[in-house]
Amino acid sequence: MTSPSPRRVIPIKVEPPLSLNSEEQAAVQSACTRLKELPGAVLPILHAVQQSLGFVPHDSVPLIARELNLSMAEVHGVLSFYHYFRKEPGGRHVVHLCRAEACQALGAVQLEAHAKRSLGVDLHGTTADGAIRLEPVYCLGNCALGPSLMIDEQLQGRVTAERFDALMAQTRARAQGR
Amino acid sequence: MSAIRIFVPVDAAARSVGADATAHAIEAQAKQRGIDVQLVRNGSRGLLWLEPLVEVEVAGRRLAYGPVAAADVPSLFDAGITGDAPTARRHPLAQGPTEEIAYFKRQQRLTFARVGLTDPRSLSDYLQHGGYRGLSAALAMQRAQIVESVNASGLRGRGGAAFPAGIKWRTVLQAPGAQKYVVCNADEGDSGTFSDRMLMEGDPFVLIEGMTIAALATGATRGYIYLRWEYPDAHRALEAAIQAAYAAHYLGENIQGSGVRFDLEVRLGAGAYICGEETSLLESLEGKRGQVRFKPPLPAIAGLFGQPTVINNVITFASVPVILERGAEYYQHFGMGRSRGTLPMQLAGNVKRGGLVEIAFGMSLRELLYEYGGGTLSGRPIRAVQVGGPLGSYLPESQFDTPLDYEAFAQIQGMLGHGGIVVFDDRVDMAVQARYAMEFCAIESCGKCTPCRIGSTRGVEVIDRLVAGENAPAQERLLRDLCDTLTYGSLCALGGLTPYPVLSALNHFHDDFVKLERASASA
Repeated sequence: MTSPSPRRVIPIKVEPPLSLNSEEQAAVQSACTRLKELPGAVLPILHAVQQSLGFVPHDSVPLIARELNLSMAEVHGVLSFYHYFRKEPGGRHVVHLCRAEACQALGAVQLEAHAKRSLGVDLHGTTADGAIRLEPVYCLGNCALGPSLMIDEQLQGRVTAERFDALMAQTRARAQGR
Repeated sequence: MSAIRIFVPVDAAARSVGADATAHAIEAQAKQRGIDVQLVRNGSRGLLWLEPLVEVEVAGRRLAYGPVAAADVPSLFDAGITGDAPTARRHPLAQGPTEEIAYFKRQQRLTFARVGLTDPRSLSDYLQHGGYRGLSAALAMQRAQIVESVNASGLRGRGGAAFPAGIKWRTVLQAPGAQKYVVCNADEGDSGTFSDRMLMEGDPFVLIEGMTIAALATGATRGYIYLRWEYPDAHRALEAAIQAAYAAHYLGENIQGSGVRFDLEVRLGAGAYICGEETSLLESLEGKRGQVRFKPPLPAIAGLFGQPTVINNVITFASVPVILERGAEYYQHFGMGRSRGTLPMQLAGNVKRGGLVEIAFGMSLRELLYEYGGGTLSGRPIRAVQVGGPLGSYLPESQFDTPLDYEAFAQIQGMLGHGGIVVFDDRVDMAVQARYAMEFCAIESCGKCTPCRIGSTRGVEVIDRLVAGENAPAQERLLRDLCDTLTYGSLCALGGLTPYPVLSALNHFHDDFVKLERASASA
């Protein structure tokens, strides 16, 4: 008779990697603590993290997964599905430039070319001084007054190339003021 | 003498062209001149080409001035706008009484009756302008009677699919479920549409009232408004209105002493067009990737968290209070054929007088484009209009006499959708627009079904080869075949309707696709 072998414990890695800095860890933890009881809490938590950090760090995924009792794949799947969630830091201000049809009818394609040229970045890029990040968006609901863009949460309509440059100068000034 | 009321919209569109600066300038001028002015930040009247539209209340009437930049404000005060001086009426920006402006006067505003009239943050303003009369009527009715009323009104889903709202509600009422839900689809992603945004910013209480009536009618006790993140102004307006409604017992555990409970909250989307599709929206609300579900089961039977769920668009819910207040028959007598009531149309893109036009179904597209819209902003001829968002057909001038009616548009392989109309002048390249439709589908596809996920990318490539003149007839056959696969093989409307803009461009504007071939043939 062989004695039963001692039960083998397969360690499950429950501790999330601690590559988040303390500010990031605190932001993610506080969002989870505050919102995890909501039904369907993943999106509200990701919004809260991005609101406080400006982006959702990749290593927040295991922490959120542990707090919500979900797999990392599920949380990563949600994070990567939605265009709005940014996975990389960068850009003190975010400019969302509308690429949709109503703005196209008023020159959005030319405005986009001008924006890339004058900021020296492509879509999803951040200017060298770190002040402005350029993101595409598909409709801001300002379709009668296009072309439109949104700087952080402020909608702007009838944006010509000149007005774009003026708005960017104002935004840069604000970025420096901070 | 009481303060003179001056209205400057708080609507995001008005703010996008300087309404805040105009409002500040008015306050500063009034203070400087010692005039007692009460500034009201109202919703927009929808005459968007005149924004910022300033209205001054004189002898019970509102006189409009627009578009008023901050720099124009001193000259308006010089002209005596606060005192009804004749010089004010002769000011170059004077538009006369707002309600006499032809664009506004000829509309039939049922759903948007209060938008622009009231301060959207004020519940008492809402009540003074007839708010919550629909709910009062509903509280005195049986559940089935409310559903029957909505059914008899002929109201169809205003989000685009035009499914009869009453039938949806009846299904939820009859479905067994421990917890029923009311969900508002406020993920207004169609380019060329902004009626949901204007309504939520300009009269958020009417949406809350409509959803409360839906809850009452179906026995739901929890509601969500799924709002796109791109609408921060609407978010603020809704949060404030929900808070006010709770404080006054229009939401919560005992609505107006009836014993009925209804809790409502706003959830933000995260930039996924597909989440405007109802099953994808429900997935997203549940905290998942916004992937489309197979139907059946219908959301009315197994919707949010598997429970019976009423899911309707903002305008659908917002049209319910007037139906309950004035009766199904009143609403039903507007419209034509099976399209009853009114539809808030949105004139957008390259149009001279862009804005919101709420009218009964049945007017011709041409009348809307020229009588209301005034042609293009650029002054050039209209070449094409896209009706119904990015999945709607591009219509040439020869189809402009089509009446605005769901069935009439279906007959010309078009769709009215959510009522957005995007105008293009004669400089538009329709092959570029067709390519963009495929590109958009590729960017926004949820990835669940193959025709949409892969077909859209192949579509971009085929159009590129077609336009480059690489064996064009074969490419065109391939493109049509691909569109056929998308139409009949996709799981939802994104893949299923992307062929609309593509094929309409190809059929009506064929020359744009074969320019290079022509050029090389003649060389």
